[in-house]
Amino acid sequence: MKVAIINYNSGNTQSVLFAMERLGVNAFVTENHEEIIAADKVIFPGVGEASSAMKYLMEKKLDEVLLSLNQPVLGICLGMQLMCRQTEEGHTNGLGIFRVNVKKFTIPSELSEFKVPHMGWNTISNLKGPLFKGVPEHSHVYYVHSYYAEMDAFTSAETDYILPFSAALSYENFHAVQFHPEKSGVAGEFILRNFLAL
Amino acid sequence: MGTKFKITVLTKRIIPCLDIKDGRTVKGVNFLDLRDAGDAVELAMRYADEGADELVFLDITATNEKRKTLTDLVRKVASKINIPFTVGGGISSIEDVSILLENGADKISVNTSAFKNPQLIAELAKRFGCQCVVLAVDTKFENGGWTVFLNGGKVSTGKPTLEWVKEAVGLGAGEILLTSMNNDGTKNGFAIDITQQISEAVNVPIIASGGAGTIDHFIDVFKNGKADAALAASIFHFGEISITELKKELASLQIPIRL
Repeated sequence: MKVAIINYNSGNTQSVLFAMERLGVNAFVTENHEEIIAADKVIFPGVGEASSAMKYLMEKKLDEVLLSLNQPVLGICLGMQLMCRQTEEGHTNGLGIFRVNVKKFTIPSELSEFKVPHMGWNTISNLKGPLFKGVPEHSHVYYVHSYYAEMDAFTSAETDYILPFSAALSYENFHAVQFHPEKSGVAGEFILRNFLAL
Repeated sequence: MGTKFKITVLTKRIIPCLDIKDGRTVKGVNFLDLRDAGDAVELAMRYADEGADELVFLDITATNEKRKTLTDLVRKVASKINIPFTVGGGISSIEDVSILLENGADKISVNTSAFKNPQLIAELAKRFGCQCVVLAVDTKFENGGWTVFLNGGKVSTGKPTLEWVKEAVGLGAGEILLTSMNNDGTKNGFAIDITQQISEAVNVPIIASGGAGTIDHFIDVFKNGKADAALAASIFHFGEISITELKKELASLQIPIRL
């Protein structure tokens, strides 16, 4: 199986690559259009700032490549946010694969004990679809983010932090998770395995 | 409607800290079943298996010629463990951070270099995002107040700790690793007062460090110190407290914990 991890100058491709190796898959990091298009599975990771990441994607025409893909695609963290319609971070237009918007967490005064970034282990619930097959409700996954995708009909997992948000979105061959499955212990490995099995 | 009763289920994190010199752990460990007690990767894997939520590696060599060794270690750790980890010690530039993150570290921590050049925090936050910039602060209670110390707690700055932490968070520090020099190594418990003060003063997560000796100390620092995470070294290395048991105990007291 050929698993392409899209390199667009935005962070943790190495961690995702290592996670694939631990699952026995030889993935490769690439920004080459042909390699991405020819892959069986495509992972779109990302840690960083949305507007500069999107700018880089467009410069390399990776936005067009991503939109053209028919094989299973998994967006992670910033990757997920860029697959949405729009993000408040740098007022950036995303790829629009998911019709939701991405907003910055704001802490209401009555919830002053909450902190942003939402960083650490939190639970996922209302799990739907093939990515979460066999994953127990309320499994813990690792999060690091300050922006969140709104809830939607295509939400396939949710987490409640300040408010309920999309922990995962799925639309046709496109899947995305806000948390980091590559850093989420056994639960994360389960989800990655499910993705590889699509 | 009902929102004011909402409580976070973000779990409290238990973080073992590994001191690294020349790519190996410095403080001894007494896990009999480890082939090589100094092997940082093996120890890291052991902790991850036991349920550690995150790991911190502090490089105490941190000279330029040893950087390569640290990078190699980071790469090995990242390839073997499936939980996040932070690397600190002697980090003073964008290049230092870039190479560690590229090799699989999730966060980096800065201490003395950030104090001497606070703009470093802003630069790192801008380049890599504040979520991966941990500010490590060594603090000591003296002359009636908590003060920032540098160089591993040797040099007093005279600056009040709360003031420095607020400034650093304003610049973009995404998390605070707070070590009380008064408590570190005593096994008499964490510094609850300063941990709580800082936790209430800034809205980034606080990792409490220094003084862990018993399970009660962890309960205290989460309940009264308002810490988001607690870090310890020797009690885990020497098997005095098992992470698995600690987390079970905390969970039984309704403290949110990942089991």
